[in-house]
Amino acid sequence: MNQAFKRAIQHPSFVAGSAVVLLLLVSAVVSMFWSPYPVGDIDIPNKLAASSAKHWFGTDSLGRDIASLLLVGSQNSLLVGFIAVGIGLGAGVPLGLLASAKRGWVEEVVMRAADFTFAFPALLSAILLTSIYGPGLVVSITAIGIFNIPVFSRITRGAANSVWTRDYTLAARAAGKSKWAITWEHVLPNIASVLIVQATVQFAIAILAEAALSYLGLGTQPPQPSWGRMLNEAQSQMFQAPMLAVYPGVAIALAVLGLNLMGDGLRDLLDPRLSRTR
Amino acid sequence: MSSFVFQRLLSFFITLAVTSVVVFGVLEWLPGNAAQVILGETATPESLAAMEEKLGLNQPALSRYLQWTGGLLQGHSGMSISYDTPTADLMLERMHVTLPLAIMAMSFTVLIALSLGLYAASKQNSAADAGVMSLSQLGLALPNFWLAILLILLFAVHLQWVSAGGFPGWTEEDGGGIWAGVAALLLPAMALAAVQTAILTRVTRSAVIESMSEDYVRTARAKGLSKSQVLWGHVLRNAMIPVVTVMGLQFGNLITSAIVIENVFVLPGIGRLIFQAIANRDLIVVRDVVMLLSAMVILINFLIDLLYAWIDPRIKTVAAGS
Amino acid sequence: MTNSSATSHCEQPPLLAVQDLRVALQTAHGHVDALRGVSFVMQRGETLGLIGESGCGKSLTALAIMGLLPARAQVNGSVRLNGTELTQLSDAALCKVRGARMAMIFQEPMTALNPLHPIWKQIAEPLQLHQGMSLTAAKARALELLERVQLPRAKERLEAYPHQLSGGQRQRVMISIALACQPDLLIADEPTTALDVTVQKEVLSLIRQLVNEDGMGLLLISHDLGLMRDQVDRVMVMYGGTVVESAGTPDLFRTRAHPYTQGLFAARPQLGLKRGTRLQTIPGNVPEIFNWPQGCAFADRCPHAESSCRITVPPAEQIHANLNADTPSMQSHEHWVSCLKWQQLEASA
Repeated sequence: MNQAFKRAIQHPSFVAGSAVVLLLLVSAVVSMFWSPYPVGDIDIPNKLAASSAKHWFGTDSLGRDIASLLLVGSQNSLLVGFIAVGIGLGAGVPLGLLASAKRGWVEEVVMRAADFTFAFPALLSAILLTSIYGPGLVVSITAIGIFNIPVFSRITRGAANSVWTRDYTLAARAAGKSKWAITWEHVLPNIASVLIVQATVQFAIAILAEAALSYLGLGTQPPQPSWGRMLNEAQSQMFQAPMLAVYPGVAIALAVLGLNLMGDGLRDLLDPRLSRTR
Repeated sequence: MSSFVFQRLLSFFITLAVTSVVVFGVLEWLPGNAAQVILGETATPESLAAMEEKLGLNQPALSRYLQWTGGLLQGHSGMSISYDTPTADLMLERMHVTLPLAIMAMSFTVLIALSLGLYAASKQNSAADAGVMSLSQLGLALPNFWLAILLILLFAVHLQWVSAGGFPGWTEEDGGGIWAGVAALLLPAMALAAVQTAILTRVTRSAVIESMSEDYVRTARAKGLSKSQVLWGHVLRNAMIPVVTVMGLQFGNLITSAIVIENVFVLPGIGRLIFQAIANRDLIVVRDVVMLLSAMVILINFLIDLLYAWIDPRIKTVAAGS
Repeated sequence: MTNSSATSHCEQPPLLAVQDLRVALQTAHGHVDALRGVSFVMQRGETLGLIGESGCGKSLTALAIMGLLPARAQVNGSVRLNGTELTQLSDAALCKVRGARMAMIFQEPMTALNPLHPIWKQIAEPLQLHQGMSLTAAKARALELLERVQLPRAKERLEAYPHQLSGGQRQRVMISIALACQPDLLIADEPTTALDVTVQKEVLSLIRQLVNEDGMGLLLISHDLGLMRDQVDRVMVMYGGTVVESAGTPDLFRTRAHPYTQGLFAARPQLGLKRGTRLQTIPGNVPEIFNWPQGCAFADRCPHAESSCRITVPPAEQIHANLNADTPSMQSHEHWVSCLKWQQLEASA
C-alpha cells in the first residue's frame, strides 16, 4: 500500500490532475457554506466591474460577483459528473458483466443496443429530450447519463471477456464456482482499474456536455449558477467586458484538464500493462 | 467482397429503420400529446383541436409512422409548424452552411492531426513529442464553444479581422460571395476542429508507434528499406486502421458540436435550425432534423466500414467466414 | 577506417569476420553489457551454428551484425562482411547491404509479414529496391522464388495475404524474401522454433539445401542441440554474452572442453536410460543481465570454479587443432574454449 502511494505521488500527471480535482471538490464543498458574496445578490450600479480587491474577478451584467458564481458553479459541474457517471456505472457495468458472463444472444443484444446508442450522438439525444421535457438540470443529467451506459457496458464487457479467458477463471469454473460468484470475486476486481480510469474520462466528458447544454440554455436554469450559462451571458457583453467570457471557460477547461491528467496518471499507476509509454 | 458489402448494406438499412422508429417513438411518449407540447400550457381547447387535426393525431401511431417514413423515402417531408414550409426545404437551405462548415473542420482536423501525430511518433519521447502531447492535452480540455468565444474575442473584437458572427451568403446577390462565405466559416471551423484535432493527433501518434514496434517492420528493415521507406510503405497503412475508425466516430461528434458552434457564431445552419425549433416547440422540425443528422452519422459509419475493409484484407475474410 | 582483410595470406577476405563485438544497452535498470566480446570468422559456403540459452546474446549478435539494433544501443568492435566494415557505415549505406548481401529470417513467421500486403509484393520489395526490377519482372521472379522454396500452389499464393497461409508456409515466404537478391550470408534466428515439429524438419532441410545450392554462408541460431548436429559444420556455444566454446560439429559432439557445454550435453534426455534415472541439470540460474559477474559468467554455477575464474573473463584458447584434409579451411575446424581450467579438466577426464 505504501509503495503504491509512493509511486502515485511521484507521477507528475497524477499529482497535477489530482491537485486540480481536489481544488474542485474543495471549492464545491466550501461554496455550500460560504462564498465571497451571496450569488443572488444583484448590484446593478456595480455591474460589469473590472476585477478589484472587492471583486476578484469583477461582476457580471447584473452586478453579481463572478468569483462567487464560479465557486458555486463548481457544485453544478460536480453534481453532473457524479450522477452521470453513476448512471453509467450503475447500469452499464452490470449489463457489460451480464453480456460477458452469458455470451451468446444476450451478449449480441446488449452490444447491438450499445452500438446503436453510439450511432445517436449524445448531444443530439440530450437536445431531443430537453425539447420534449423542457430544459433543466435533471433532464440534461439524465440524457448525459443515459449515454454513459453503452460506454461502460462496452468497456466492461471487453475487459471482462479477457478475464474470462484467463487460467485462474477457468480453474475456478472447473472447481464448480458459479458464474455469478466468479463475476463478483474474480472479474470485478480485475476490471476495476479499467473502470476507474474510464470513469474519470466520462466525468470530464459529462462536465463538457453539461456546459454545452447550459450554454444553449437547455441545462441548468437560473438562478442556479452554471459555468456554461455564464459563458452565454458573457458573450453578449463581449465588447464591454471581454474577461467575463474568459473566467468560466478557464474553470471548465481546468476541471476537465485536471480530470484527464488524473485519469492518465491512474491508467499508468493502476495497470502498467495499460500504460502507453514506451 | 460483395457478401461483405451486402452485409454492411443490410446493417445500414436496419440501423436506419430502427433509428426512425426510435425517433418517432420518443416523440410519441410525450407528456400530454404533441399538440399540447407544441402549443404549451396556455393553449385553448379549440387551438389544441385544430393542431391535433393538423398533426393527424387522431390517426393511429403506426399509420402516422408509415406516412412519415413513406414520405421521407419519396422525398416529401412534414411541414414545419413555425415556418409553414416543408422541413426538407428548410434543411436543404441550412445544409448550404453546415456541410461546408463540417467539411472545412474535418479537413483541418485530418491535415493537422495526421501530420502532428506522425511527427510526434517519429520523434518519440523527445521534447517535440512532449510538446505535441501537452498541446493535445490542452486541446482536449477546452470546451469548443469557449474556444469559439475566445477566437471571436481575439480575431473579431480585438483584431477586427472578421466579423463576430453571422453568414453573408454564398452568392454576391445575397450580399456575400465565395470568399466572404469561407471567411465567415473560418473561425467556426477552427473552433470545431480543435478538440477533434487533439483527439486524432493522439490516436495517430499511438497508432504509428504501435505499428513501428511490429515484427514486420523489423523484416522490412532487414530487407534493406530505409526508415522513411518503412514508415511510408509499411507503417502508415497499418496505422491508418485505428485512425480511420476514430475519424468516422469523430464525424458524428463534429455534426453535433456544429449545433453548439453555429449558435455561438449565429450561422444559419442545421444546428441553429434545430435550436430555434426547440425554442419554438416545433416538434416536426426537431423530429426531421434529428432523423437527418442520425442518418448522416449512420451513413458515415457505413462508409468507414467499407473503407476499413478496403484497407485491411483480413476484414473481408473474417466477415465472409462468420 | 581501412578495409584491410583479416587474413593477409588468403586471396579473398572471409565472408564474415567478427572481432570483439560488444553491445551495451540502456535499460530501465541501468547500463547493461549485453554482448561482451564475440569473435568469430566465417568463410563463404560455411554453415555456423550459434547455440545457447535465452538471454545469452545470440539474437543480439545476429541483430548487431545486421545493424538492426535500436539507435540507443552502443555497438563496439568490428563486423566485416566481405572485408567491408559494417559498424562504420551510415544507415543509408547499410541499407544497401541489408537484404542484398546479407539477409535474415526471424523466429516468428506469424507476425513477420505485413498483413496488408500480398505475398508477391513482399517478395518483390527487395528485388525492386536492390536490383531495380520492374513490377512485372519482380512479380515473375517472386513466383520463381516461391517455387524454389517449394510452396505448394505458388501461383495462387502470389496474390494471397499472410493471414491466409500457415506458419510453415509463411516461413517459406520469408526464406524466399531472404534469398531474393542472392545474398552471400544468411542469418536464421531460430527459424523453426515456432513451427510444428513435422514442419520443422522440412523447413530446415530446405534452408540447408538452398544454402548449399547457392554457396551462401549460413549462421543458424538455435537453442536446440539436436538441430545443430544435422545442420551445421561448426558450432559456437554462447553464455553470458560471450562465446565459451566453438568447434566443428562432429568434434563438439565427441568431446567438450567447457563446463557449461558439458552441462548442456549432459542434460539431454537419452533413449535407453534406466527408468527412474534423474535427468542432469546445471545448478543455479543464468545471472541477471544487468548483474554480470566480473570474471567468467558461468563461475557461480561451475563445479570447477576457482577464485581466479572470477577476476577476469577467460580468454579464448585453442585446443588441439583437428585437421581434416577435406575441409576448405583449417580455421573452421579449430576447437576453441574460454575457460581457465580446460587443460586440467581434460587431463582428469
